[in-house]
Amino acid sequence: MKTLDPLAGPIAPGVLSKTEQELRAAFLDEIDRIPGGARLNQCIQCGTCTASCPVSHAMDITPRQVIAMFRAGAIGELLESRTIWLCASCYHCTLRCPAQIQITDLIYALKRIAIEEGIFPKRFPVHVMSETFTRNVKRYGRNYEVGLLLRYFLGTKPMGLFARRRAGYALWRHGRIKLRPDKIKDIEQLRKIIAKAETFDLPQEKVTREKVTAAVGYESIGR
Amino acid sequence: MDTRYTYYPGCSLHATGIAYDKSMRAVFKKLGSELAELEDWNCCGATAYMSVQKTVAFAVSARNLALAEKTGDDVVAPCSACYYALKHTREGMAADPELRAQVEEALAAGGLEADLSVEVRHPLEVLLTDIGIPRLVEAQTNSLEQFRPACYYGCQIVRPFGAVDEDPELPMSMENLFTALGARPVDYPPKVRCCGGMLVATMPEVATELSMDLVDWAVAREANCIVTVCPLCQSNLDLINVTTGGNGASHQIPVLYFTQLIGLAIGCTPEEVGMQHALIPSDAHAPPLRGAPLTIAGSREG
Repeated sequence: MKTLDPLAGPIAPGVLSKTEQELRAAFLDEIDRIPGGARLNQCIQCGTCTASCPVSHAMDITPRQVIAMFRAGAIGELLESRTIWLCASCYHCTLRCPAQIQITDLIYALKRIAIEEGIFPKRFPVHVMSETFTRNVKRYGRNYEVGLLLRYFLGTKPMGLFARRRAGYALWRHGRIKLRPDKIKDIEQLRKIIAKAETFDLPQEKVTREKVTAAVGYESIGR
Repeated sequence: MDTRYTYYPGCSLHATGIAYDKSMRAVFKKLGSELAELEDWNCCGATAYMSVQKTVAFAVSARNLALAEKTGDDVVAPCSACYYALKHTREGMAADPELRAQVEEALAAGGLEADLSVEVRHPLEVLLTDIGIPRLVEAQTNSLEQFRPACYYGCQIVRPFGAVDEDPELPMSMENLFTALGARPVDYPPKVRCCGGMLVATMPEVATELSMDLVDWAVAREANCIVTVCPLCQSNLDLINVTTGGNGASHQIPVLYFTQLIGLAIGCTPEEVGMQHALIPSDAHAPPLRGAPLTIAGSREG
């Protein structure tokens, strides 16, 4: 786990630390790849997203604050928050946003940066679920529910399995548990596709950064 | 009328959502439409892949679209997450030429290409649009009058695309359908709220709260079953009865798939539509939540 510079937030109004600048650049690269990502600067802080979010009550930073904090130059804190891992992708905020900001997709972008940077809140292993899931897909081509949950809980909180024994038994008794994973026939084809696609997702020098920064209108803040 | 579809069951329908798979096949067969399972389909990527790698998430999902284009039939994806992931991939590639070029290059590495010619559709919309309520009523053999369903749409089929129902905030398509089939759907305000999804594993306290709320609403509105369109919603709501332990009769509410209810109406047997897989039984042999027993027999007059 990477620890962030405690001064990662804005040093002074309009002046960002080096870490914050790097994170901001990564985030801008990510949002540039979301259709309409630049609409982020249309946010009027109305709070419709927070009011629509089914899990905002459990968040430490609400969806509205996520956008405000990004503007204030505190991406480091956003990445350490519970918030990005609490989003269940229900898209209610995205549906209702009067500025048509793709809030759910922005949160996905933050999750990807957090995983890339290795920044996670302590004792909060949600990202392990996503990573275990992707390993399953590479291995079998399909998601294997039993394997996914076993690996997830053994790797994070083994007591979670104990707590779920009744649920597991009930599902098994009703013929809803598969004891062996399905493997697709042409797994090699899928692996080739994944390997090729991964080359586009690896961190690389983005030539588009200037364009993005200008489009979002934050270039002066970043200096 | 095109009555042949490419069926994309997705991983859940081969395991926890097996009743959805059975009822899908039974209903489409009964209605004379062919569901041909997509040959060698892979995982859609769901919400998890998008959290890790974006282009890979699109490419994994796009392999399915590329395979489906070999027959050219519309893809029917019953699971909300699969429906969303496949549709999002198709729309995302169409909207973003740079992404499309990258995904196409990745597919080419596996010897595939995608021209985005096939539509991705949800079975609720297929049954309502291609088959239509009049034909379903015509095919009906059993009354659903014992059913007072709380029609639960959840999240990813109604938004952000809104292709399944014209109103993403207050969809009524299932209510209209089941009213036409003789059931008495209850007013169910939280019908588009989130069930918690994968938070059930990662943050169970939050997910339980969301699922429990949905069950409480259904009970308060005197529904005698909840009807869902998604295997994860079904599992989450069905498991609430088990995981919260000893919560008594107040939460013993059966959670069915909409295709199971349609199947029962058009004369499929309870086994054919997978009623035996429900944790909270709702067949003729078990008492439902309060009130009169649910029976699925009793054929329509005439």
